[in-house]
Amino acid sequence: MTVQRAAVSPTVEAFSQSLLDRVDMGARFCGLFGSAEPNGARLVAVLAEGGELATTSVFVRDLAAHYPSLTPRLPAAAWYEREIHDLFGVEAIGHGRLDPLILPLVAGSPRPRPGSGKPLEPVEIDVSPLPAHLRGEGVFTISYGPVRSGVFESVEYLVETPGEYIPHLRPRVFHKHRGVEIQFEGMDVADGALLAERCEGVASVAHTVAYCGAVEQIAGVEIPAPAGLVRVIHAELERVANHLDSAIRHTEAAGQAVAYARLTLHKERVQRLRARLCGSRFGRGVVVPGGVSGAPSLAADALFAGIDQIDHAAREDLRLLMATPSFVDRLRGTGVLPPELARQYAAIGPVGRGSGQMEDARFARPYASYQRLGHQPLDSRVEGDALARQRVRIDEIAVAFHLIRQAIDRLDLLTRAEPAWAVPLDSKLSGEAIGWAEAPQGEVLYLVVMEEGRLTRVKPRSASFHNLGVFHAAFPKDILTDFAFIEASFGLSIAGVAN
Amino acid sequence: MPWIPRGLREGILTSRYPRRPDGYGEGFRGTVVVHPSGDPRVATAAEACPTNAISVAEGRLHLDRGRCILCGRCTELCPEVFQFEPTFETATIGRDALVVPDLDEDELAAEQVRTELARRVKAFRRSVHIRHVDAGSDGSEEWEVAALTNPVYDVQRLGIYFTASPRHADLLLVTGVGAAGMLGPLRETYDAMPEPKVVIAAGVDAISGGLLADSYVAQGGLADAVPVDVFVPGSPPSPFGLLFGILLAVGLLPRPATP
Repeated sequence: MTVQRAAVSPTVEAFSQSLLDRVDMGARFCGLFGSAEPNGARLVAVLAEGGELATTSVFVRDLAAHYPSLTPRLPAAAWYEREIHDLFGVEAIGHGRLDPLILPLVAGSPRPRPGSGKPLEPVEIDVSPLPAHLRGEGVFTISYGPVRSGVFESVEYLVETPGEYIPHLRPRVFHKHRGVEIQFEGMDVADGALLAERCEGVASVAHTVAYCGAVEQIAGVEIPAPAGLVRVIHAELERVANHLDSAIRHTEAAGQAVAYARLTLHKERVQRLRARLCGSRFGRGVVVPGGVSGAPSLAADALFAGIDQIDHAAREDLRLLMATPSFVDRLRGTGVLPPELARQYAAIGPVGRGSGQMEDARFARPYASYQRLGHQPLDSRVEGDALARQRVRIDEIAVAFHLIRQAIDRLDLLTRAEPAWAVPLDSKLSGEAIGWAEAPQGEVLYLVVMEEGRLTRVKPRSASFHNLGVFHAAFPKDILTDFAFIEASFGLSIAGVAN
Repeated sequence: MPWIPRGLREGILTSRYPRRPDGYGEGFRGTVVVHPSGDPRVATAAEACPTNAISVAEGRLHLDRGRCILCGRCTELCPEVFQFEPTFETATIGRDALVVPDLDEDELAAEQVRTELARRVKAFRRSVHIRHVDAGSDGSEEWEVAALTNPVYDVQRLGIYFTASPRHADLLLVTGVGAAGMLGPLRETYDAMPEPKVVIAAGVDAISGGLLADSYVAQGGLADAVPVDVFVPGSPPSPFGLLFGILLAVGLLPRPATP
């Protein structure tokens, strides 16, 4: 487990300066969170520096709840500062566009202020339309969503366009805001794990691994080796299912009916294999604080057989898909996120890796049992288009199956003796830590604060939130009909954005 | 044309459900069944339930499947009374029917609700068009709804279609906790649908709010946002569970119901 360094700044100016200096020195900006404190709020920034996570924080007093915005020099902070404004009312001066993001409140409505403890009265939200940003002859706004054409999560995209090109796009994500992070407060660690699974349901395993990682750091325990391997197996199956889902969305948009049918079949088989392993098609209930809930309910040879069937069939179909010109032509050059913008926005996951941002939390900061397993590094890609992101995902599916096979082998050896699946945790834990995991969408972070065994502040930060903040930058010369491909190639879940 | 043989390679993979029972479900956490007994550990299990789905009132034990997120704590703490059963035919007409063992409900009133629904769906005949709306889900429900069009479930064989426009829709399938920001769009979608129409609440989040029942931006499920006819429990509900719920709603289950 990597040791985290935590720094506290005396003033907001010193906080901003040190943060910007460290990013200039090569640190990756991972997120900026708020936490309510008596008479004010604490801002915590998380940076990845040389393979480690480090935090730096500052106290902002209620009487003057503002600070100089980081966004003009650090575009990646734009959405975080909007979220902090929504939840705490702390204002980033000089942000430029501090519009409501996850919670547009009616004027005068109290802010939720996560970290101050429940209960909270229901709030009233302001759903009125936003004014257009662009002006010009013939420019109009298409409001796409929140109820979309098809089975999609609810989100609204405001497309400002003169007719074909998409010069400006704004996602509005507040519709689905469920108040998840406040719901953690007052829970014990076991209930918290159940809620973490439902923060971003398609990445339940990654979310609980990140959450439990934080709790285990606070407790100062290492999970048993077999538990780490079970976490790897479930996390990688989740990755395969999500990457297949992204490919399915592409084939649907391209009208590739047979490929669509084949890939949905493979995904269904992955979901069924997960259900046979643990009873849940989403791996729910597997990861618990201190380890895992028990042994997989499939023997190693049955699991190998299931993996082989899916791997073989999916590999062949994906190879054929990537050799189908009518499919590939829709992705090539579509939705280019230039590497320089990906760096500025600190893009993560397959979105980042399609644009030269190669960091992968599994190998940069190994958790679970990843350090015990071998893997080939992925080819570096810099094209930044939907095709590059699709290729990253196909490569990652192969790596995932390779990791799963190694994990099953090792688990088989370890479980010949009666293994321990979890270590007991002290019921009166207090402390603070940041846990992480590489979800299929990218790095997930959990800031967890506990007092006397109860959660007092939990901030989940999904990769979907972080990457949707850069989505608007991926439309340099694309037209409306490319939209479905670009959205599929980002592969994000709105539940994780507006939790 | 290399895709054509690829599509034929594995023969027919489609389930025969509901005409034949489907063997799917081995080891699957479908639902929790209750065998009431005097076991004192029931109180511990009720206490441990994260969504307060278990109640013991006047010596009578009830489990509300509309709240149960299938975490399995009760099955571990009190295995004689609470057990997982690998079934997916758990959807009900009417909210109270999700409580097991049965409440002492007014059987006549329940029968009236069923008859009224059956009368309403008569006009659908053998085809039903579904409009799905996410009213604050965790994202997994959408995967399960979308799975209904994969070759295994292939609901089009049953005359079930998903439609983009609410004006073509007979059935509104709603997922999610009923987040404040979605209540308006949900209501507009419902109002845009022609009569007669049917509403399904899919998943415990939609039925009761699940773990987010007392959130400041949710109101314990869809509650009064739209009038719900059929309730499909599960967290999330499985594709077969959803299919059973849809068939139950529109009266297309073969009679007698499959065992």
